[in-house]
Amino acid sequence: MREFGYQRAVDVSGAVAQLGADPEARFLGGGTNLVDLMKIGVERPAQLVDISGLPLGQIESTEGGGLRIGATVTNSDLAAHPEVRRRYPALAQAVLAGASGQLRNMATVGGNLLQRTRCGYFTDVTQPCNKRAPGSGCPAIEGEHRNHAILGASEHCVAVHPSDMGVALAAFDAVVSYETADGPEGATSGGELPIADFYRPVGDTPHLETALPPGALITGVTLPPAPVSARSRYRKVRERASYAFAIGSVAAALDVRDGAVHDVRLAFGAVASRPWRAREAERALIGAPADADTFAAAADAELAAAQPLPENGYKVTLMHNLVVAVLTELREETAR
Amino acid sequence: MTTATTGTTSVKGSHGAPHTRVEGPEKVTGAARYAGDVPFAELAHGWLALSTVTRGRIRSVETGPVLAMPGVLAVLHHGNAPHVDTDYVGLLGVPDPTAAVFQNDRVPHRGWPVALVVAETSEQAREAAEALVVEYEEEPHDIAFSAGRPDAYASGGPQGQDVEEKGDLEAELAASAVVVDEEYTTPEEHHNPMEPHAATARWEGGRLEVVDSNQGSTWIVNELAKLFSLDPSSVRVRSEHVGGAFGSKGVRAHQVAAVMAATVLQRPVRVVLTRRQMFSLIGYRSPTTQRIRLGADADGRLRALEHDSLSLTSTVHEFVEASAGVARVMYDAPAHRTANRVVRLDVPTPTFMRAPGEAPGSFALESALDELAEKCGIDPIELRARNDPETGPVSGLPFSSRNLLACFSEGARRFGWADRDPRPGMRREGHRLIGTGTAAASFPARAIPSTAAVTAEADGTFTVRITASDVGTGARTALTLIAAEALDVATDQVRVRIGDSDFGQAMIAGGSMGTRSWGWAVTAAARDLREQLALGGSIPPEGITARSDTSAAIGALAATERHSFGAQFAEVSVDTATGEVRVQRMLGIFAAGRIVNPLTARGQFVGGMTWGISMALHEEAVRDQSSGGNVGADFAGYHVAANADVPHVEAGWVDDPDPDDPVGIKGIGEIGIVGAAAAIANAVWHATGVRHRSLPIRPDRVLLAGEGTQRV
Repeated sequence: MREFGYQRAVDVSGAVAQLGADPEARFLGGGTNLVDLMKIGVERPAQLVDISGLPLGQIESTEGGGLRIGATVTNSDLAAHPEVRRRYPALAQAVLAGASGQLRNMATVGGNLLQRTRCGYFTDVTQPCNKRAPGSGCPAIEGEHRNHAILGASEHCVAVHPSDMGVALAAFDAVVSYETADGPEGATSGGELPIADFYRPVGDTPHLETALPPGALITGVTLPPAPVSARSRYRKVRERASYAFAIGSVAAALDVRDGAVHDVRLAFGAVASRPWRAREAERALIGAPADADTFAAAADAELAAAQPLPENGYKVTLMHNLVVAVLTELREETAR
Repeated sequence: MTTATTGTTSVKGSHGAPHTRVEGPEKVTGAARYAGDVPFAELAHGWLALSTVTRGRIRSVETGPVLAMPGVLAVLHHGNAPHVDTDYVGLLGVPDPTAAVFQNDRVPHRGWPVALVVAETSEQAREAAEALVVEYEEEPHDIAFSAGRPDAYASGGPQGQDVEEKGDLEAELAASAVVVDEEYTTPEEHHNPMEPHAATARWEGGRLEVVDSNQGSTWIVNELAKLFSLDPSSVRVRSEHVGGAFGSKGVRAHQVAAVMAATVLQRPVRVVLTRRQMFSLIGYRSPTTQRIRLGADADGRLRALEHDSLSLTSTVHEFVEASAGVARVMYDAPAHRTANRVVRLDVPTPTFMRAPGEAPGSFALESALDELAEKCGIDPIELRARNDPETGPVSGLPFSSRNLLACFSEGARRFGWADRDPRPGMRREGHRLIGTGTAAASFPARAIPSTAAVTAEADGTFTVRITASDVGTGARTALTLIAAEALDVATDQVRVRIGDSDFGQAMIAGGSMGTRSWGWAVTAAARDLREQLALGGSIPPEGITARSDTSAAIGALAATERHSFGAQFAEVSVDTATGEVRVQRMLGIFAAGRIVNPLTARGQFVGGMTWGISMALHEEAVRDQSSGGNVGADFAGYHVAANADVPHVEAGWVDDPDPDDPVGIKGIGEIGIVGAAAAIANAVWHATGVRHRSLPIRPDRVLLAGEGTQRV
């Protein structure tokens, strides 16, 4: 491991100033992903700015019934918060479906959004990888890609985003807040990115993962009010019963009135380089009869764009089945 | 996870009654020191650099820039490393050159050790090793393992026969009313003991001392003495606590490299492996493709049995995963053919891994038996009863004891087998299909000559000294119970010291032979000591010591088919929408000799069965055809069963003392995993009606496998 400097930040503007424009500096939250990557040489920062002590650990209600979640709220605290569980149950379920209890006690909301892919080529510095070493190639396309992307990938990278939490945030139209340097003398200013714009398309720059300005610090996530989100769930499929990344997941919220879909939110995990909002499926669902045929047709509408690789075509079937299963369960809940 | 244990073993003397681990408090309080924890003055740290090409030659090792890095003391590589001698035959045959590091410029697989960087701290050594530039002359590699390899050849390895055959296979198959002819595959699997391999070497008073984590300290002494041309008496290896081994902790690159560096630098040097390095340096279980052909009369009686297994090995050392051996024990037929074949590829050398041969072999054979039961319309347990042989199917020798059917009958009773509807796909709970399956298990029961010393101390206590290794199994505790019974004293009067080669030659913890071999030697020494003490007289300050050597007694054993047996039962649920298979409950009943300590024996059985769940559903190392290396060589990429995958596992046993062992032991280390994957695969068939002949049974395989699991 490369030797690195370590500083502890006490306020947001100070943290942004401490990081500065140094491309070899990183913010350190819970460290559950960054420190692992440092040990295996994927990340080699010269400086760490520890932001775990910043006053960003609150979850607050917003006017109108949304929630604002601080960037350093731990995954455990997020999943346990009564208002999260009441208003956005799929978010709590998604967080609890990820990692282990010990990791969730350390991992933060901001870090969760910025965690890196678990593609086995990305995490092996002796292998090519366009995300880690731009221009070196993507061996996954011809190699091991059973858990790689079927949507939104490119010839340069087929890795998937590993977050469960992010899938629920994508379904609920979360907005990411950040603070960035603004002018000299350590001045900073705030900015916002809707989650739909937070992750960049893969294209030919898979190493540029988010639209955050360089040096920006995520300060929190805001969930807008949405009555439909109170009846939501997250279903994760993985190769063992716990402590594994998804091979496919769905965050869904459903409001059925008079037998028809009144409102719906749907997002997929483990199918793309980012949490995948299933807008085509949502369009097919709104106003249609809330039955299995509609759910299946909606899933197919979203998955029509899928471009599976030779070894991950099962994900198309899996996501189809998951959408139908989760929406059916939510409809039955509504009926009760 | 809940577990339960019952047994019918009669409680007699100190053993038979459950006893917690004698070193348990040390382990749970963190006081127990593992090999990488033991402090040394002036300790230097070595870090292995591994090849990033799969085949070729080392053109240059650019040591200059690395030697200028902070704290770096030396870089050992093929150009400057001490010579080692590999021209010898050790306990397990000729040495694997993977351990005899830095002897030439050849690179036979990716992850081959090419250099050791030694520095003042572990972090400095690692950073320098990862910065070390090694230039290679790369050659095309071949790692494509498949059933049709024309360059495969028959070999049973040092442990077994390659091909055994009798009768006219084709004629009996042609005359059979029912035939099963299928191919089964198992993937590359890795041991992954919790504690990584670690060794510290130093020269002390003219002796080479190694603090290590291994399965047998005299074994390591013998290998290091041969490699470095030393007298074995000038080498001492200690291994106090071992955090799992499973076949992987013999002589490996890290001990040899540490000895080299300690010799060159004349100071203590420690080398610890990372999880990622373990994937290419400590051995693993070869993938297998196995073809089984069974021919039977309509009543299920076998006329023909063929078990042909192909595994792989490296280009530098032959290890054979002899999966066809299990059929030589389990079932007889007029025509009987078993063949182990191997192909040499540009991959790391595989090695012994829990139940080598039997674990993958039983998956294929016991799956095929289930298929035969289905085709014959016979209950799978009844089919096995009809084919239970009187004598060894190949050897013709009598069984010392064969209580397989007793295991099935006790297991069937406890599992509720009689209520099972044999038809597949009949039980549905919501969106999940439920099924049950069973399979047989066996593993050889052997003993290897060992020595032990038992001392009557002046204070009335007793000290046992034996170079045993407790790899986490509870061996130290079992030997305490065995010694206490042989001495007829309370267990707290007995102190068992193990893991120090100075205690003399003894069997390793391996092949389910450790406790039996050591227990024999301890019992012999204890009996001798009691006879000496019976003569009366006072005990001098240095105590009275009796020593044993079981060579003659074990050499006099009559040739017989001596095995442990077992019956595995599993219930699974299969989510038809997602392909997820979960084991709901498992039961294993074993006939495995006398059970010394029910508490740790339960841990052994349940641990093996849990590994069987892992083998059936999770474990699979993926090798990248282009680069020749493992992809995802860590615990995020290589899945083992988590607690949530292991809901309810029970193990029990039937009375089965070995008639020729002074304690009655057979050995229980391996048998828990044998047959477990087949029982689960057979349960998946019973749930869904679909046969899964390739492990692991992943969601994508279930999802795409057809009937009952299509698009909803």
